[in-house]
Amino acid sequence: MKLSDLIENLSLEVKTPETDLTREVTGGYVSDMLSDVIANAKAGYVWVTFQSHLNIVAVASLKGICGIIMVNNRVPARETILKAAAENIPIMTSSLAAFELVGKLYALGLRCR
Amino acid sequence: MTKSSDGVFFLTGKDFTNAGSASSNLKGILDDMGIPADIVRRAAIAAFEAEMNAIIYAVAGMMRYSITPEAVTVTLQDMGPGIPDIDLAMKEGYSTAPDYIREMGFGSGMGLPNIKKNTDKLTINSVVGEGTTLEFVIYLQGLSPETSG
Ligand SMILES: Nc1ncnc2c1ncn2[C@@H]1O[C@H](COP(=O)(O)OP(=O)(O)OP(=O)(O)O)[C@@H](O)[C@H]1O
Ligand SMILES: [Mg+2]
Repeated sequence: MKLSDLIENLSLEVKTPETDLTREVTGGYVSDMLSDVIANAKAGYVWVTFQSHLNIVAVASLKGICGIIMVNNRVPARETILKAAAENIPIMTSSLAAFELVGKLYALGLRCR
Repeated sequence: MTKSSDGVFFLTGKDFTNAGSASSNLKGILDDMGIPADIVRRAAIAAFEAEMNAIIYAVAGMMRYSITPEAVTVTLQDMGPGIPDIDLAMKEGYSTAPDYIREMGFGSGMGLPNIKKNTDKLTINSVVGEGTTLEFVIYLQGLSPETSG
């Protein structure tokens, strides 16, 4: 599944329209702890988080994350959006809580393994 | 292909705006030198965790790197509180990060274990009240067979 299909399916709001939304999504991981994502997420995963701080972009880029989804209508900090755009890391937001959103991602076939 | 290179980046404690830029620059240098992607990824992860620890816990620090055809060696030296019990600090889940640091997503106590996992050799020396020196090595030619990714 492409990131763009996922965006359409889950009505995600894209905060970085200039980034590559055509990447293949290979799985997903949910965590608000950066070192946990570093240890356990894999390249091509979407990362579901409540974190909006700038540092999430560095972690996503280290791990080859294909997109960050912020839940609960979390608004990303302006610097976070700028850095994400510069590093080509898509940032999307959802009005759903993490539990609901992850359930939908799972139903769409995404796994974490 | 791989030549040699070395250099240093300076780190400022609590500077979360530039946090991660030293390891990101190092990653760029390794990429430009044609180092294999898997080694670049491991070095960048270990450097990021060590850089963040210096920024979170210390007042100031520096990251030196030395790249040779045999290995990537990165040394982080900081002026900070030091680590009283290094074995304890190495335990997954152990963290002394204060609440405002946790709110930014740090403090799971997985940084040092992540460094260990991604490197072939890790040495930590620390003096309480003075600072910490952490050095890791990643071999370029599969010299260490037991390394996992
Ligand atoms: N450079 C340092 N100076 C002083 N103390 C340190 C330093 N690096 C690590 N420590 C101590 O070791 C503990 C464990 O470090 P580690 O990087 O594994 O986890 P963390 O930084 O607490 O959380 P995480 O890395 O998962 O965000 C820290 O909480 C801190 O007490
Ligand atoms: Mg840490």
